Amino acid sequence: MLEDKDRIFNNIYGIHDKSLKGVMARGHWDRTKEFIDNGRDWIIDQMKASGLRGRGGAGFPTGLKWSFMPKENDGRPHYLVINADESEPGTCKDREIMRNDPHTLIEGCLIAGCAMGANVGYIYVRGEYIREREALELAIAECYDAGLIGKKNIHGYPFELYVSHGAGAYICGEETALLESLEGKKGQPRLKPPFPANVGLYGCPTTVNNVESVAVAPTILRRGPAWFKGFGRENNHGTKLFCISGHVERPCTVEEEMSIPFRELIERHCGGIRGGWDNLLAVIPGGSSVRMVPGEDMIDCPMDFDSLMAHKSGLGTAAVIVMDKSTDIIRAIARLSYFYKHESCGQCTPCREGTGWMWRVMERMVEGRAQIKEIDMLLDVTKQIEGHTICALGDAAAWPIQGLITHFRPVIEARINSYSYRADDDGAVSMQAAE
Amino acid sequence: MSVRRLAEDTVQPGEFKFNPANANWAKEKIKDFPKGREASAVIPLLMRAQEQDGWVTRASIEHMADMLNMPYIRVLEVATFYTQFQLKPVGTKAHIQVCGTTPCMLRGSDDLMKVCKNKINKEPFKTNEAGTLSWEEVECLGSCVNAPMVMVLKDTYEDLTPERLEEIIDLFEAGKGSEVPVGTQIDRIGSAPIGGLTALTSDPNVKKSKSKKAKSKKTESATASTVSAVEPSAKAAASKSKAKPAKKAAVKPAAKKAKKAEAVADLDDKNRPKGMERPDEIDDLKLISGIGPKIEGILHELGIFKFEQVGKWKKAESDWVDGYLSFKGRIERDGWIKQAKAFAKGGHDE
Repeated sequence: MLEDKDRIFNNIYGIHDKSLKGVMARGHWDRTKEFIDNGRDWIIDQMKASGLRGRGGAGFPTGLKWSFMPKENDGRPHYLVINADESEPGTCKDREIMRNDPHTLIEGCLIAGCAMGANVGYIYVRGEYIREREALELAIAECYDAGLIGKKNIHGYPFELYVSHGAGAYICGEETALLESLEGKKGQPRLKPPFPANVGLYGCPTTVNNVESVAVAPTILRRGPAWFKGFGRENNHGTKLFCISGHVERPCTVEEEMSIPFRELIERHCGGIRGGWDNLLAVIPGGSSVRMVPGEDMIDCPMDFDSLMAHKSGLGTAAVIVMDKSTDIIRAIARLSYFYKHESCGQCTPCREGTGWMWRVMERMVEGRAQIKEIDMLLDVTKQIEGHTICALGDAAAWPIQGLITHFRPVIEARINSYSYRADDDGAVSMQAAE
Repeated sequence: MSVRRLAEDTVQPGEFKFNPANANWAKEKIKDFPKGREASAVIPLLMRAQEQDGWVTRASIEHMADMLNMPYIRVLEVATFYTQFQLKPVGTKAHIQVCGTTPCMLRGSDDLMKVCKNKINKEPFKTNEAGTLSWEEVECLGSCVNAPMVMVLKDTYEDLTPERLEEIIDLFEAGKGSEVPVGTQIDRIGSAPIGGLTALTSDPNVKKSKSKKAKSKKTESATASTVSAVEPSAKAAASKSKAKPAKKAAVKPAAKKAKKAEAVADLDDKNRPKGMERPDEIDDLKLISGIGPKIEGILHELGIFKFEQVGKWKKAESDWVDGYLSFKGRIERDGWIKQAKAFAKGGHDE
């Protein structure tokens, strides 16, 4: 079990002093100059050695990502952009960092900026996080006043940090859509290549990082990569913020070590599943975009990237959505289909048309007003959307439905059958998929 | 994608102007972005305009375009693309945004929307008769562990029941919205579990000395004597030395292996590790990460009291114990044997 002394975010519930003084008393902003003086290569090596994988969902090694920035400055400024557009259903970890422990993020920004030769950073916060944005702005102002960041600061590395925000578009969590939005346009993802590390914000080299990935960096440097690597299984290291929502006794956000077994996580922090472990139906372990895992496979599964991948799911943002047996599982997924339909940016046809099509079919499946063969048709359409769009929103819309059909096909069939029996008197239920 | 249009001309005001405070703020905000990139400020500025007037008017869109040197169509695109911008007037006292995405749905957001339908208007975005209240269903607002929740103006109201939402709506209707406590509406600290903290229960200021000492992390963990302090290093060593097989064995065939193990989980089985009489001095098996008081008790029943006993287990024996405890491979995952060997030697394996 993770001990308090090993928790990076030691004020994640906001119960302690949030001012700079309080933060420093808890060990942040300590020896930062030493890290900056060691230079960018040293920072990147330390990050690589720590085994930190990006906390935004894809799990790409953070140190490696930082090393992609051009070593030589060709005259264009370098930018660090923090993705604080936390909109993945189930996810509410960055919110806690920004409103309760914002200094971890600011210190991380300085260090990450130094590691990639960026003197300017933008934090793009989702539009709905208004109080969180205010808390962050306040903390940044404190840092400017104390000379921790800014053109001239005590760390000897000029670094400007600004906060901008979106206005309620899930797609802006995709890094290139975020850059478009930051440039004042519609958030429609760009084709890659060129990758942001070469052509990013305003056409300049840019790295986009999740809040949590950057916020853990200072503590990793302070305590050494070996410490961080000591948690979790091989290739899945460190501590992680888990957000457990849905049908548990006591939903919460908590920092735990990677690879903690699901049962332990729930027992220790959430007071168990509502109605006991036998009442567990399914779990969406990493935010709405990953496939669900049936309860019995989930109970002993370690919560990390590779173990969940083995269940054809993923750790994603570690937003664990728990569903007990009272859940209408078809409706739960249909609601996610509506979400993706609502949030598609409309740029690629398979996603723009496909998300709406899938949602309409799913709505009929909820009632049972469909034909058995439409289940396969739906599965087929998800496969045609997956991988055929510029960004991963198409995939993200397809996966929950694929997970549902893989694990709960009999439930869908039973619902269709019961509807058909009821419909007997009025005549057969016709097929209406294609609109 | 949602199709969004500007409000009809009949409700559009003739002109838009920032009040002096907002105008100053806007000037400063534009400076956050490099020269020639003023367009970057369009979303923050439009949002401020919405805060000022309650919704985004055609006049405000044109005003922004002039201010930021952008074509009208570019600002119109932004205003219609981002769903947080209200393109039509909403309730003057409160616009209730109910999160209806799956995590909130699982905790009862349907009932919250019923309240809105009864109290405000059957249709979203339409005001009540007095024009003071309106509501809409929005997508995930990122307070999932405090579901179900609503957002009004700048604040969230979390852990709601339908009754509490009715009270909140009444208060806003009466112009007493500021009296409602923001955030969670039940006895709870933010996103921490109901009923008290399960983490961060110790004094935070201890941290300071810890981080100073961090340089000498190795000595720290070597001298530490509690289970958890040793756990990371023990685990790291265990996973490093047998990274690949551990991964294979632990993840996929866990279920299969458990079945196999169950089949042999018989007390008279030849694979049952040898027990002993309870010696005078027994080891604290709980030091092994993965063993708690309950498991320790079971091991004692099996005649296992010493670290060296665990350390000497062969694969078949550890599988037997695994099956006996129906652990589905956790012994191997947690590296009990490796840990036990280290403890038996009297040290920690770092």
